[in-house]
Amino acid sequence: MIIRQIAKTILLSTIILLSASYSNKATAQEGKTIFNTYCAACHKMDKDLTGPALMGVEERWGNDREKLVAWVKNSANLIAAGDKHATDIFNKWNKLPMAPFETVLKDAEINAVLDYIKDWKPEVPIVDNNANQTSSDKNSLLLGIITLALALAALILLFVKRSLKKLSNEALDVTPVKAIPVWKNKSYIALAAILLFVVGGYFTTTSAIELGRNKGYEPIQPIFYSHKVHAGVNQINCLYCHGGAEKGKHANIPSVNVCMNCHKSITEYSGEQLYNIDGEKVDGTAEIKKLHEYAGFDINNANAWNPNDAKSIEWVQIHSLPDHVYFNHSQHVVVGKVECQTCHGEINKMDEVKQFTDLSMGWCVNCHRETKVQFKENGFYSIYEKYHNELKNGKLDSTKGITVEKIGGTECQKCHY
Amino acid sequence: MEKKYWQSFGELNNSDAYQKSSKNEFKEELPFDAEKGLLDAKTPRRDFLKYLGFTTAAAAVAASCEVPVKKAIPFANQPEEIVPGVANYYATTYVQEGDVISVVAKVRDGRPIKLEGNELSPITKGGTSARVQASVLDLYDGARLRFPTIDGKETNFDTIDKVISEELASAGNIVILSSTINSPSSLDVIQKFLAKYPGSKHITYDAVSNSGILLANETSFGKKVIPSYRFDKAKTIVSIGADFLATWISPVEYANQYAHGRKINDANPEMSKHIHFESVASLTGSNADVRYLHRPSQTGAIVTALLSAVKGESINGISDAKLKEGIEKTAKALTEKKGEALVVCGSNDVNIQIIINAINEILLANGKTIDWNSINYSRKGIDTEFAQLVDDMNAGTVGALLVIDANPVYTWYDNEKLKTGLDKVKVKISFGSKADETTQKCKYVIPNHHFLESWGDAEAKSGCYSFMQPTIYPLFKTRQWQDSLLKWGGASTDYLAHLKSFWGAKLTGSNSWDKALQDGVHNTASDILGTSVYNATSLAAAIANVQPAKTGIELQFYQKIAIGAGQGAANPWLQEMPDPVTRATWDNYLVVSPAMAKTLLKIDLSKNAQSDKYEVHPDKKVVAIKINGKLIELPALIIPGTHPETVGIAVGYGRDKKLGKTVINDVTDTSIGVNVYPFAQYVNGTVSYDISNIELKLTDKTYPVALTQTHNLYNTPHGNRTEILKELTLGEYKENTKVILEEREKELAAYGGLDNFREEGSIYKPFDKPGIKWGMSIDLNACNGCGACLIACNAENNVSVVGKPEVLRFHDMHWLRIDRYYSGDADNPNVVFQPMLCQHCDNAPCENVCPVAATNHSSEGLNQMTYNRCIGTRYCANNCPYKVRRFNWADYTGSDSFPNNQDELNNAVHYMNEDLTRMVLNPDVTVRSRGVIEKCSFCVQRLQDGKLKAKKEGRPLKTGQNDEWDLKVACQQSCPTDGIIFGNVNDAESSISKARRDSNRLFYSLEFLHVLPNVNYLAKVRNTDEQA
Repeated sequence: MIIRQIAKTILLSTIILLSASYSNKATAQEGKTIFNTYCAACHKMDKDLTGPALMGVEERWGNDREKLVAWVKNSANLIAAGDKHATDIFNKWNKLPMAPFETVLKDAEINAVLDYIKDWKPEVPIVDNNANQTSSDKNSLLLGIITLALALAALILLFVKRSLKKLSNEALDVTPVKAIPVWKNKSYIALAAILLFVVGGYFTTTSAIELGRNKGYEPIQPIFYSHKVHAGVNQINCLYCHGGAEKGKHANIPSVNVCMNCHKSITEYSGEQLYNIDGEKVDGTAEIKKLHEYAGFDINNANAWNPNDAKSIEWVQIHSLPDHVYFNHSQHVVVGKVECQTCHGEINKMDEVKQFTDLSMGWCVNCHRETKVQFKENGFYSIYEKYHNELKNGKLDSTKGITVEKIGGTECQKCHY
Repeated sequence: MEKKYWQSFGELNNSDAYQKSSKNEFKEELPFDAEKGLLDAKTPRRDFLKYLGFTTAAAAVAASCEVPVKKAIPFANQPEEIVPGVANYYATTYVQEGDVISVVAKVRDGRPIKLEGNELSPITKGGTSARVQASVLDLYDGARLRFPTIDGKETNFDTIDKVISEELASAGNIVILSSTINSPSSLDVIQKFLAKYPGSKHITYDAVSNSGILLANETSFGKKVIPSYRFDKAKTIVSIGADFLATWISPVEYANQYAHGRKINDANPEMSKHIHFESVASLTGSNADVRYLHRPSQTGAIVTALLSAVKGESINGISDAKLKEGIEKTAKALTEKKGEALVVCGSNDVNIQIIINAINEILLANGKTIDWNSINYSRKGIDTEFAQLVDDMNAGTVGALLVIDANPVYTWYDNEKLKTGLDKVKVKISFGSKADETTQKCKYVIPNHHFLESWGDAEAKSGCYSFMQPTIYPLFKTRQWQDSLLKWGGASTDYLAHLKSFWGAKLTGSNSWDKALQDGVHNTASDILGTSVYNATSLAAAIANVQPAKTGIELQFYQKIAIGAGQGAANPWLQEMPDPVTRATWDNYLVVSPAMAKTLLKIDLSKNAQSDKYEVHPDKKVVAIKINGKLIELPALIIPGTHPETVGIAVGYGRDKKLGKTVINDVTDTSIGVNVYPFAQYVNGTVSYDISNIELKLTDKTYPVALTQTHNLYNTPHGNRTEILKELTLGEYKENTKVILEEREKELAAYGGLDNFREEGSIYKPFDKPGIKWGMSIDLNACNGCGACLIACNAENNVSVVGKPEVLRFHDMHWLRIDRYYSGDADNPNVVFQPMLCQHCDNAPCENVCPVAATNHSSEGLNQMTYNRCIGTRYCANNCPYKVRRFNWADYTGSDSFPNNQDELNNAVHYMNEDLTRMVLNPDVTVRSRGVIEKCSFCVQRLQDGKLKAKKEGRPLKTGQNDEWDLKVACQQSCPTDGIIFGNVNDAESSISKARRDSNRLFYSLEFLHVLPNVNYLAKVRNTDEQA
């Protein structure tokens, strides 16, 4: 009896200790998650929203972390206590109180959020490509100037030469042969033709290769559906809606009844302001209403809804492979354990989806050349005895692993049949 | 001298035309005309420049066009069990006029696209036939009736139900006329309906009936049924005109049993012996160890003689010495294997069948090779009953006729009398799904569902039940006939409810309704064979009443394996399938023997010039056939294995044009072939298809027949083809099972012998196949040439139909063909069928010559074909030693943007390209466009799918270990005899590895070429006395 009680106590205290230590270990990374979950609905870092922008909040509170934490836990207490900064904020924001987080967040978690805010820096737009572009532009400018200068020098020299020749001819009294003008000179014409052919050919070929490729394609959809809100902010698993990715070749666009699983109760959008591709504001709630129209759903009579009344939403297809390509999602997601983002980009940061890659054969093949298969983990590959032995005896570089190409993943009939 | 095999008579004679054509892949000269100047040529230089300019401009316009916006439309409310892109499989049952085959339907996104045999079926064990494989195409037949009609005008079900109920109430005697129905619940529906209308009755009518057997069994055994024949238990099989591997009663079941007795292994070199008597070359006869030819009218004399011989008495009444000797030998072979012998006969004559019963009784077959515990319900029709009905109708005593799945106006011998009789019937209701000949005579038409849209059950053999469930929502406003009968019979339930309640009580516990439906089969039959008490009293009378043999030229009507009694006539896949015996497509013709060809057609096939003229030109001489004063004309084909005094014509042709574009010859705009059913004769209460007193007259007309026999010829240096196929007799094999192995060793001695051939036959090093290496083994002893694999391949791989004009131009597209080889006696040769498909050579000659590497080799041993890379040089086809590569000469699939590419194609191709028909296409296989080569891919889509399944489960691939399969290729799955084995050769436990390890009969076709095929064959063993 006693032993059992002791054991119980030990177990209990261990759990408490563990959880305590866990909660103490909340990191900045967690801070980000907590921020996204609890704060992001009203606050942004660099912009006022329902609440003030949070960048530099700690400085504004005079670096008084404790007071700030107290404010987060329950701002009303602090205002009641007559804290000046607290009252100022309260008044500044039209006496709109901040929701208390006493019961929701632990101190450590609030601290983690504050750490995150402290460390946060505005995102620098990715300028790598542009930077390269400019530098190469600069380079070509420089080269252009040099070329021009050299050409000028050559021209001057040509004139000098011609004058000298004229002089020498006159001196020697030789009648000059009439020079053929440049535009009638056959070698120049030939040279120009070849040049035109090469340059024109180059541009024709490169643009022809791009035919039918749609990298960056971002069509306007019948509903402004934001992946950022769903997969990013609300952290909904991709497979919740695109379950086919685990089962078959198509990832599948969810049917209306899947949308309605959540949107029967979520009828308003209260998140961050959405903007469309042209920078115009988008009313999230109105977009949810559009969904309800497709579903034939009446907010005022929610229980009467019948999924069979729904109409299909005609989405515009973005990722499209030619008919002669066989691509199977489950092969990549289940067997290859490839992240969705590898091919679709950071979809959790996109509002309307944009085609991330060009989906060209070269792109597929490159990935197959570099990506390792689950060679040791998946029992299917146990039949490749030769490779297993060679990995063991070091004949094959185990750090490189077995790539898709190594098991025939770049052969024609892996995708074309 | 070594044995010689030949495919054509030209080859037998080694004629000039043969030598020329065996060297060329393509029969047509290329349209280059070098003699004329370029400017005078069809496409002069300036035109060329114009086209060049146009195409450049077109390309530029196309390039500047925006990419079209595509929609991705999901379900509004997605059903739980459907994942777009993933196939569902539903067990169901193919039922057609008494034929029952349990199948599993592959349903992709709501469309059934392929039927596989149901491996749980105790009858077929997963086997199918060409007709079963093709039946999925019938679902999408544009000629199906789409709504109920009264007098040809569209109506709705409520109206037609009301009108018919009133009509039936006052009609008087009602007759339900159906083909054989073996569905217990449907028979129950009929009984209920009959009970509601007193004086009504149900008559069963089979297009080609087995009344003879049914009535003979009633006489001999007191049971009017067909027992189960067990070809697997028989050591000696004798068939007298029964084409049991193709069309007789239950061919898929028999083919499986037959192969069971024919498959042979080194450990136990024993097999059954099959002796065949026939008049017109048939598939079964072609597979026989020994074939004897006789006149159709001699059948009675032969069975009587055989009876005497098995009794040990002397034979009378057979004048032909060869035949007499044959009967004696047959009797000896039979009596040696008493209790393990089986005699079957295709005759519909009751007396003959009574004698057959007597022979089987003497041979102790009942209970040993004939199972009376298991009754075959495939054929129940009695000809006299139908003849009586025709009389009744003419007498005006039939008030209403309900026709279910029967078409007597087309198939009944006396169709004029039938038509006048029908005119006297007040209420005629047809449940025909198409406007066939009988349906057209009916006022009320309520089209039936296709079986893939229906609920149902079937009892093909007693205790072996097979279930049917819908695999697609009905495409048209059709209704199952059972629903109609229930409604008119006053029942309140529909057929589904009836079916469920019918089975509810019978299926309990673990054998629940759901389980039965999921399995598709439910088996309560025992494995114990039953006997039956034999009664010999009527034997003497039967012998006395047997028709005596006649003189003069005789005619026999027969069924083709693909067309059957006419059911396959409107199916383009079946029409384009080369008949295994004649190798002809798309046509009806007169089959004559080489001997008769000399006198009738003036063609002596042993003469070079004449055989070439006959074979090279598709135009065949037309013969006028005078039967009972009526004249028909058909082109004549010369088929060895046919009796010199007998000619044959297939039934099932001359269909009404309303059956669809497939039955119409679009050159003449008439139906293809001639309907010969009206020439059948009614003798002693049964319909006979053996006709005497005919006159044949050669006309000066010709008619082109699309024969594939001389297509894709290839030859070997020695000219006798023993490097292509190998055959030996049972005697040789028993003496030394390693005969074939030694022969190969000898052939390859110059290249390092068998062991070192792979390495030493080439200066290049062989490539690694580290994981999987695919391989196929085809047992020539199991293959009977039935063609199920060919149609399965068509369905699985979207192989296009090209139509007769294209077949005539050697443009047939089949990825898998069945080559027919003759050897021995040119008038009655031995036949070998060899399925020929891409051999996926490891050292493939086609790969080396492709200028764009469109065909190359995979690390799994596949010879890959990449359509989008192919530019159509056809070098590969030219360099293929097996002639298995196919070129898309035109846009057969309608996949090009230019309609002109289809201009020259005939109606059948356009029919296949209708939106409705295209629903049958397999979405996982590219539909090929004009200008590319295609060929067998080893069903690579199935291989990838099977591998994916194993990968997802994280385990090695299973191809036959403990009979577990992750994948089967289409031809393998469809084969009724399990003659094709496919799998991973690198896995020592796989079926293919075992098959290759265990048999010394293994050989590779054209092995000495060092192309290293991945398809091997097992040599055919013939159970004959003579040395091969």
